[in-house]
Amino acid sequence: MKKIEVLGPGCNNCVRLEKNAREAVVMAGIDAEITKVTDYAEIMSYGIMSTPGLVIDGKVVSAGRIPSAGDIAVWLSE
Amino acid sequence: MTTLALRRTHVPFWLGVGAAVVAWTIAWFAAAPFAAWLAFDVLGLQAGSHLGEAIAFFLYDVPKVLLLLLGIVTVVTLIRGFFPPEKVRGALAGRGEFAGSVGAAGLGIVTPFCSCSAVPLFIGFVEAGVPLGVTFAFLISSPMVNEVALVLLWGLFGPGIAAVYMVAGLTVAIVGGLVIGRLHMERYVEDYVWALQGTGGASFEMKLTPEDRVRDAWTYTKDLVRRILPYILVGIGIGAFIHGFVPTDLVVAIGGPGNPLAVPLVVLIAIPLYSNAAGTIPIVQALLGKGMAVGTTLAFMMAMTAISVPEFIILKKVIKTPLIAVFATIVTIGILIIGYLFNFLIY
Repeated sequence: MKKIEVLGPGCNNCVRLEKNAREAVVMAGIDAEITKVTDYAEIMSYGIMSTPGLVIDGKVVSAGRIPSAGDIAVWLSE
Repeated sequence: MTTLALRRTHVPFWLGVGAAVVAWTIAWFAAAPFAAWLAFDVLGLQAGSHLGEAIAFFLYDVPKVLLLLLGIVTVVTLIRGFFPPEKVRGALAGRGEFAGSVGAAGLGIVTPFCSCSAVPLFIGFVEAGVPLGVTFAFLISSPMVNEVALVLLWGLFGPGIAAVYMVAGLTVAIVGGLVIGRLHMERYVEDYVWALQGTGGASFEMKLTPEDRVRDAWTYTKDLVRRILPYILVGIGIGAFIHGFVPTDLVVAIGGPGNPLAVPLVVLIAIPLYSNAAGTIPIVQALLGKGMAVGTTLAFMMAMTAISVPEFIILKKVIKTPLIAVFATIVTIGILIIGYLFNFLIY
């Protein structure tokens, strides 16, 4: 069970990233839980300044861009 | 294990990039003759007539603006991929007020900014020990001197006005940052922001291949253009109407150099237009062509991009109202000075 977190206050970009993450979970065929982190202090605690950010199992894998579902699927299966 | 057919083939990708560059170049040179041919030969409009001029203006401006946006926004996005804010704040943290403000204003051009990232940027800067004035220089410059405004100005007004706008915007940002720094308003920053200071630790850094970067830039540009295109079409449509039909005397009477209240008037009008900068610039161009003063035009465009009520509301999460009020006031005064200064210098 992977834990995926989408960091962002909830603008368009964060919504698209979440959508890609959901697609990626299906592509990778794994079990994962996706949560959204919208609190600024908490977002900052991951050491990023540009949203949206993507965290897999507590590790930041992307910030300030919207990786494709394919890219996320690769990270999920690593 | 699932099949992940994701490792892309590299040669076709770069061939595609090359083909796109060639197609762009051809379209760029073909746009003007094509528009003239369409308006005057195919549609049979009379050159010099109101309707003919309006439609030719529309047919030429739309592809020109579209091509400029697609080309330049992609290149700028690609470049600024190398200046993520995590790196920028590192470069600004160790500077003094003056060098810091100048650097922050300059970096504002290349770094991404949308109102939803204002708060993380602000916290990140303060957290790393970037002085408050320098942080504000960045917050002023970043939305004002942005690539979409510069591209539209360049495409519709020519490189001269675009350069003047950039220098004026940077000046407002630098001076604004220095003034806010002098006012020592640190106590108007929310306490939890100071509590975060020094806890940031190692910043996350992305490792991207050149291919990732080109893809990111193109995806971003496509989305952006798709989002602002309706506004641009409507704006150019209204601009074309003004170009063909609105009498010059009327524009000169209200927006010309003879009306001393024109500058504050356009700043007021610009405030609610914040999110529609893309659609408004073509209208402003038509007005300038009809005799609106240059300083008034500049003030209008700067107010449109830099005075953003939604951004002020979002910033309330990190700074208290007095500091937001000072921020808004300084930016407004700066814009008014620029407007009057250019009207005074030119007329």
